[in-house]
Formats: sequence, C-alpha cells, structure tokens
Amino acid sequence: MLESLESWSWALDGWIIAAGALCAAASALLGPYLVLRKMSMMGDAISHAVLPGIAIAFLVTESRASLPMFIGAAIVGLLTAIFTEWIRRFGKVDEGASMGVVFTGLFALGLVLVVQAADKVDLDPGCVLYGAIELTPLDTTTVLGYDVPRVVITLGAVALLNLTCVLLFYKELKITSFDPALATTLGISSRLMHYLLMTLVAITAVASFEAVGNILVVAMLIVPAAAAYMLTDRLSVMIFLSVIIGIASAALGHLSAIMVPAIFGFGSTITAGMMALSAGVLFVVAALCGPRHGIIIKLIQRRRFAAKCLGAPH
Amino acid sequence: MLNNHSIPARTRGADHSPESPLSIHDLTVAYDRKPVLWDVDLEVSAGKLIGIVGPNGAGKSTLIKAVLDLLPRASGHVNIFGKSYKESRARVGYVPQRESVDWDFPVSALDVVAMGRYRKIGWCRPVTRSHKNAAMEALDRVGIANLAHRQISQLSGGQQQRAFLARALVQDADLYLMDEPFAAVDAATETAIVGLLQNLRERGKTCLIVHHDLQTVREYFDEVILMNMRVVAHGPTETTFTEENLRKTYGGKLTLLGEAAEANARQSAGKH
Repeated sequence: MLESLESWSWALDGWIIAAGALCAAASALLGPYLVLRKMSMMGDAISHAVLPGIAIAFLVTESRASLPMFIGAAIVGLLTAIFTEWIRRFGKVDEGASMGVVFTGLFALGLVLVVQAADKVDLDPGCVLYGAIELTPLDTTTVLGYDVPRVVITLGAVALLNLTCVLLFYKELKITSFDPALATTLGISSRLMHYLLMTLVAITAVASFEAVGNILVVAMLIVPAAAAYMLTDRLSVMIFLSVIIGIASAALGHLSAIMVPAIFGFGSTITAGMMALSAGVLFVVAALCGPRHGIIIKLIQRRRFAAKCLGAPH
Repeated sequence: MLNNHSIPARTRGADHSPESPLSIHDLTVAYDRKPVLWDVDLEVSAGKLIGIVGPNGAGKSTLIKAVLDLLPRASGHVNIFGKSYKESRARVGYVPQRESVDWDFPVSALDVVAMGRYRKIGWCRPVTRSHKNAAMEALDRVGIANLAHRQISQLSGGQQQRAFLARALVQDADLYLMDEPFAAVDAATETAIVGLLQNLRERGKTCLIVHHDLQTVREYFDEVILMNMRVVAHGPTETTFTEENLRKTYGGKLTLLGEAAEANARQSAGKH
C-alpha cells in the first residue's frame, strides 16, 4: 500500500495539498455561518451560479486572468442572492424553489457559455465541474524568488480575505445570524451582512473552481462546518474546528487519492473527489463521537438513564 | 399592588408633548395589499407600563415591528422622543418573541446578553471585559447569573425569556418594545419579569408589552391598548379595560370575554 507513495514529491504533492488546504480553509471559514443561518443550499446555488460570471469573464478577456473572473463571478453571485430574494418575495414561492429557479438557470447559461468559450480559450467543462487540482503545480509564477503555483496564490489571497472578514465582522455576523431583527434595530443591517457573506461565498467559489471545481466546493463549504457543529457549542470554536477539519480533509483526500485505489490495484484517482469524501468520513466520525450531540454519547446517556431508573428504589 | 400608585385619568391623545416616547400618526401596514394595521394613531405617555392586547392576527407584533422599521409602512409616520426612529434608535430597546430565534445556536447566555451592547461597542470592535461585566450584572438582575456560561438550549423557556430581558436591560434604552415576554413562562419567571418591569418604570422607562393573558392585564399594566387592526381603545387600564371595549376588540369570542369579565369582577371585588 505504501509503495504507491513512492512517486511522492513535495514539489508536486506538497503544492496539491497546499492548494486543497487553502481552498478548504477559505470555504470552512464561511461554512459555519451558512450552516447556522440554515442556508447551506445558498452556498450550493451561488457556487453553481457563478459559472456564467466566469464564462463571461473568459469570453471578454480571452484569458484566465484572475481579477476579471473574480469581479464577474462576485457580481453573478450577488445577483443570485438578490434574484432569489426577489422571486421568493414577488413570486410567493418558498426560498428553496426560488433558489432552484435562479441557480439552475444561471448554471445552464454558464454551461452554454463555457462550451462556446471552450473553442476560443483553454477552458474545459469537465475542469469547471470537478476541478484540476493535480495540474496545480504546473502553472507557477515567481514570488520572492520562489516558484509558487498561481492557484495557491489566488486561494491564499481568498483565504486571507475570508479570515480578515470573519475576524473583523465576527460580532456582526454572529448577531445577524442569531437574531437578525434585533441586529437591525441595533443598527447592524442584517441585509448588509447577508450580502457580504454571499459576496465572500461567490469569491470563494470562483477561487476554488480551478482547485476542486464548482460542485465539490459545496462539500468544502458545508461538510467541515456541519462536522464542527457536532463537536462544540461555541461559535468561535466551531469556526476554528471547521477550518481544521477542512484542512485535514484536504490532506487526507490527497493521500487517499493516491493510496486507496492502489489497494485494489488501480492507479491514483482524482484528489478533489477524495477531498470531499474525506470530509464526509470526518463528518461521520464527528457525528458518532461528538461530546454533546454525538450518537454514541447519546446512546450511553440513554443506557445510563435506563439503568438508573431500573436501579432506583421504588 | 399596582393600584396603590395613582394613574392620572388621561384619555387617549390628550398628551401632546413633543417628548412623548412614542407617537404614531395614521400608520397603515399591509402585506400584499391586505392591511394588517389600519390608520393607527397612538400617543404614549412616559414612564408607564402599557399592555397591547387583542386577538390573534390583530397586528400587535406588526405594530412593534413597524415602529422599529422592520416592516415597511404603507403610510403614516412614527416619532420617538420627538424624532424619527433612525435618530432615536439608541433610546429604543426591543425584546422579540422567544420563538423568533434558533436556541440551538452555539452561543452562551452571556453571549446573548452581551449582544445588547453591540451598538455601544461599535462596528468591528471586540466585546471587552467591561461589556461582559455589564452583561453579567444584567443576568444577575434577572436571577440567572449562575447559568451565564450554559449554551442557550440548555436553559428552560423561562430562563431563555429572562436572558432576552437581560439583553434588553444592557441596551439601557428609554423606550422598550416587548413582544410577548410572558408567553409560556413559569410562575417564578412571570413574577421576576413583573418585578423587573416595575423597576424599569420607577426609573422612568416606558414599556410597551404585547400581552395575551387577559386575566393579568389589570394587575400588570398602567395603560392598555386594545387592538384589532385598528386601535379600538387606549387609556388607563382602570377605565379602558372594560367589557364593552373588550367586546369591540374580540368580537364574538365569548369564552375569552367570560374569562376577562371574571377576572375584572375578581379584581374589583378584591379592591372594595
């Protein structure tokens, strides 16, 4: 099983893990707020809907330059949130349905544009869907004398942006998630914080699409946060654990992409898929072994309680 | 016990001082063209405990939310201490309905109370020790300081309501709008809340309280606002909380009226 790691190279595999970890960290910083605001599917919707933004940026600039892509995607991400709100309010359908209308529409538009763009620039629909993290180390730029993959720089910048916002607006995001009405009466606009969060999600989705694709980024947004929710009842700890779990699933994901198929005699599989799977496994572990909400601890408590009831004198 | 302090026999709209804690003119609020509040005029006098009473769907919560700019107004305007809501925001405290939040949220009781200080703390600044102390003091005043570090789902309904009131206390407002603080609380909490409200009144604060239990209206409130889409009657509880006004407010719901009449009879029997 370990022979499969013989081809391991820090220059290649190290950067792949770094890209995965930064993508996971950036997403896992925002995830707790999506989970607590009960809008996990909004992350899904936005990460799909940014596709036309990316495609339009490609078509306009005919390159994979990051900045226009970010702007395009952030705008479309925000539009998704706004359209969803409009359709919900004026169409009188529930949020899930209105989200379904908006993001599938935008995603379809994006797909059509990507297929168009593919003839002109190097943009592969497959890569958009599940990323190409293995190719990360091939496209580098020089920073301070070191060759650093471009994707790592973008993801690093986005992770830093998310970290700054989560730290700076910690209290504002907390109160608007817990009690939006009170927050608004205190002068902390819950609508403003909602759109800030949606913008960050859109930017993260764009930055991540090269690494894990814009479908698997949903796993990075939601799964580590949901696992962390099982482990603590403090918001700050939840965000911290979410990031740790995200990074762990990136590392585990890449290792198991190399090692697990080898057990069955196959070549290595895609890292992005294994990252999402690892996150899922970590979630199951958290759900089973969590100290408060864990399934095992609840079983034990129930047994103990039953034993106490039986043992009590009548 | 409330009756030993005299209530000035003031009728609705008589107090036109510009410093009135809350004055509402021609307020109409509609959901999709269906009016929920129609042409509401109110002039609230300072330093009073005022009950807002009316049947389900009468627009009691809507009134509070419209005052707080949480709902768009179709027409009308609201003055708070003679200024617009935006200008006097800092002087208004809000206690939402307990069911309006997710109690599984990963925060402690102390965290929730500290939220009342967020405006004072200001954007992007951390909650410092002094704010936490203020929150702790407020928890102590509502009698649950020992539960400060519990996650909020581990509090009972009554304790959760007390945490909400403690959060309102640290806001240090002059006008409080409370949406059903007495809903589904235990007897001990009910007594604690009444004590707290009386303390607020002694300090000159004005409290508007959405209330459901007709039996306790006379005991708790100085003034009562009877509502059913419009303001049916507003004035001192003594003269306004009458069977006739209740009948106008509740229409044909006779069981409720029976209860209220019974409570009224008991109150007056106890007094004379």
